[in-house]
Amino acid sequence: MDGVDVAGERASKDLLKLLTCGSVDDGKSTLIGRLLHDSKQIFQDQLSALAKDSARYGTTGDDIDLALLVDGLEAEREQGITIDVAYRFFGTSKRSFIVADTPGHEQYTRNMATGASNSDLAILLIDARKGVLIQTRRHSLICSLLGLRHVVLAVNKIDLVAYQASVFERIVSDYRVFASKLGFSSIEAIPISARDGDNVTSPSRKTPWYGGPTLLEYLETVDIAHGTADKPFRFPVQWVNRPGPDFRGFAGTVASGTIHPGDPIIAAGSGHASSVKELLTYEGSQSSATAGEAITLVLAHEIDIARGDLLVSSASRPEVSDQFAAHIIWMSDQPLIPGRSYLARIGTKTTPISVTGIKYKIDVNTREHLAAPTLGLNDIGFCNLSTGTPVAFDPYEENRKTGSFIIIDRLTNDTLGAGMIAFGLRRGTNIPWQATLVGKAERAAHKQQKPAIIWFTGLSGAGKSTIANIVERQLHAAGHHTMMLDGDNVRHGLNRDLGFTEADRVENIRRAGEVAKLLVDAGLIVLCSFISPYRAEREMVRRLVADGEFIEVFVDTPIEECARRDPKGLYAKAKAGAIKNFTGFDAPYEAPETPEIHLRTVGQQPEQLAHHLIAKLTELGLIR
Amino acid sequence: MDTSISQDEIPRRALPKHLRSLEAESIEIMREVIAEFRSPVMLYSIGKDSSVMLHLAIKAFHPARPPFPLLHVDTTWKFREMIAFRDETARRLGLDMIIYANQDGLARGISPIASGSSAHTQIMKTEALKQALDLHGFDAAFGGARRDEEKSRAKERIFSFRSQGHVWNPRNQRPELWNLFNMRIRPGETIRVFPLSNWTELDIWHYIMLERIPVVPLYFAKERPVVRRDDAWIMVDDDRLPLAPGEQPEMRRVRFRTLGCYPLTGAIESDATTLEDVLSEMRSTRLSERQGRLIDSDETASMEKKKREGYF
Repeated sequence: MDGVDVAGERASKDLLKLLTCGSVDDGKSTLIGRLLHDSKQIFQDQLSALAKDSARYGTTGDDIDLALLVDGLEAEREQGITIDVAYRFFGTSKRSFIVADTPGHEQYTRNMATGASNSDLAILLIDARKGVLIQTRRHSLICSLLGLRHVVLAVNKIDLVAYQASVFERIVSDYRVFASKLGFSSIEAIPISARDGDNVTSPSRKTPWYGGPTLLEYLETVDIAHGTADKPFRFPVQWVNRPGPDFRGFAGTVASGTIHPGDPIIAAGSGHASSVKELLTYEGSQSSATAGEAITLVLAHEIDIARGDLLVSSASRPEVSDQFAAHIIWMSDQPLIPGRSYLARIGTKTTPISVTGIKYKIDVNTREHLAAPTLGLNDIGFCNLSTGTPVAFDPYEENRKTGSFIIIDRLTNDTLGAGMIAFGLRRGTNIPWQATLVGKAERAAHKQQKPAIIWFTGLSGAGKSTIANIVERQLHAAGHHTMMLDGDNVRHGLNRDLGFTEADRVENIRRAGEVAKLLVDAGLIVLCSFISPYRAEREMVRRLVADGEFIEVFVDTPIEECARRDPKGLYAKAKAGAIKNFTGFDAPYEAPETPEIHLRTVGQQPEQLAHHLIAKLTELGLIR
Repeated sequence: MDTSISQDEIPRRALPKHLRSLEAESIEIMREVIAEFRSPVMLYSIGKDSSVMLHLAIKAFHPARPPFPLLHVDTTWKFREMIAFRDETARRLGLDMIIYANQDGLARGISPIASGSSAHTQIMKTEALKQALDLHGFDAAFGGARRDEEKSRAKERIFSFRSQGHVWNPRNQRPELWNLFNMRIRPGETIRVFPLSNWTELDIWHYIMLERIPVVPLYFAKERPVVRRDDAWIMVDDDRLPLAPGEQPEMRRVRFRTLGCYPLTGAIESDATTLEDVLSEMRSTRLSERQGRLIDSDETASMEKKKREGYF
């Protein structure tokens, strides 16, 4: 290997993180294989394994197939494609490199975004025979959104177009036209052959018309100074270190800026102020700490700080808001639905989040803004979002560490999307809560009852409204103050504008939930009868009210039985294809996993079930 | 409590920029785990990577001691010097060290000699690890694997999601954007965490030298009794290694680049007796680190297969 710095004599040697991207079959894996091979990072036993693999899976005839050095998963070898991002390492005497080798296939775009989020520079490969393709544009757009400022346009397979300068020049000029609005500060175009090594680590004699650097030369010398040390101080608190009563330190990594003992700091969310007493590491106290350093911060006074807080310099504070606009890259097969409650991770904080509106999605080919009710897999949208608690952030353009977030599914815990905050929205901060003089508890006390939402969920025709009606009749007779919200009835008025797509169903339940919450504030027992097919929305309504105030009643009737009863004739219509998005047919129903009350209706009379339900409500202490 | 990393009083030399940034990244990852998981554990395999990982943990939580136990999955076939080093390390640092061996496997007489490397690894490492994690209810486990070791390792996330039964599905891993790790799991699911993902073998040795981290003496050249088998020098560490008729252990100056079960770990002939020697030897070697690991060359994609079954 080239240049082992035995005594650490190259104390300034730094680390460049980059990714390779571009379309399928443009030679990304081969290029990385070539870089590893030509910088002598491949060992003899790996080369002999490669020769064996090339004979079995290779696509380069009798030559060794360098792509097989990096495509390590079985499915990748079988299909000859890259599925998942792989990280590769090489070093020269000047720099260490971490390369994210990312997939070209559109279905794996999320892995490309993953690689880009941690990179300083992108090598965008283009097949000289094919020119600028849709994935070239998609990947460029993602690189731009993720804040990459340097792009190497590697025009590969130049050998297959007879090393023609005109082909290279045309591609470069096409690309520059497309990329002119993407905000890259440099685009370096290099004609290469990854397979043969032209202009990769050594200049090619076959491209005398090209006078620029080789790819490796460029990577070794490009200036990628982040400038994060000069930015305002930001410190997301990871963990409170309290080994005993005498020590309390806040462990974390400086996201940006520089801090010294004595500097005043503020907890951005609460506004509590203190100053830095000590910057502690294992090596002892430090006189300063700067972006990228993992330290433990000891403060001069005790203020209430926990994981999730952002400590900042008092001279330059971030925005704090529960509403903001952001670009979102969606990474899941299940669509992003406005109104649905997800979790977001911002810095070290986790908070509920929902999209209040999709302003537009971006056509990756033309960069046109298109209207969109939802975002699907690989869509890029610009959205308004609302969080459960206020968050402290900077615009992503100014600070990647404090302006980025991920979106997580509450039920499966899958990572669904990545967000980059553009700016805060004023509307959240300009509408303060008006304190009312009479509260929920007082209203309920007046009525001598505990208010609650009794939420009936189940398929169409399961018997929800029938049972709810009997229950309400009996509660009313017993002197309780009640209100009934029925799915059909609400759709005639409040929700007249909504249809039955997933997005509209989510909004339907969101509004019904908000109304039910107001009625609970009024002290009422609210019976709600809604198919409410998605767990996420039922959970959202549950969180609108206090613990114990949401009683989920699963009216459990098999779909065959519902279709047999068919009280509204809807199943017959659905079967005939006259209704679309009918729950149980062509739209899903997510049954409750742990409902408070589970009513199996087959073989039971509605009166018996209502009686059982009332007994359960008494047991839960909701009614006398 | 003595959490000193080295008894050596010589001041450490400044770390180059890229090692400082790798160190900070590893520390950040470890703190994330402690903040989010109920019951984490650190796998301690006694090798050089484990030594670096442990060193980083002591730094990450200072002045507290690392708030998790260490777990050593013992196949009972480790080098004797490894076991002595392990016990000495736990004693010196005052850390809680859980030692676990698959008792059922032992009762069945599983060994690298009698059962072959593949069955031995499966039962005494992978199965044993899963048993130990389940027994203690650990929900996150640190491992010292690096992405530069092997092709399927290169595909590994830093937070590697394992579904119930410790299954790794390379197609079902969470995208990792920025440093925003998604650590949420449901009951029965676990996470393997690799804080050294972005380190290379060279970084590890370089860091060990600059930070003066103690490592098992087997990494340094010495006259040791060995026999030649399948192009590798196998050390006769105790009398359990059966010798073929006429096979006679000979003394050779050898050292190890990687440590595992002694009958499955090939030594290399070497004169490197210091860290400086080891680093300069690496400069000229033509062979990869895992070349001495007999279990890797069983079949193509064997690491991926082992990982799918729950191997680290």
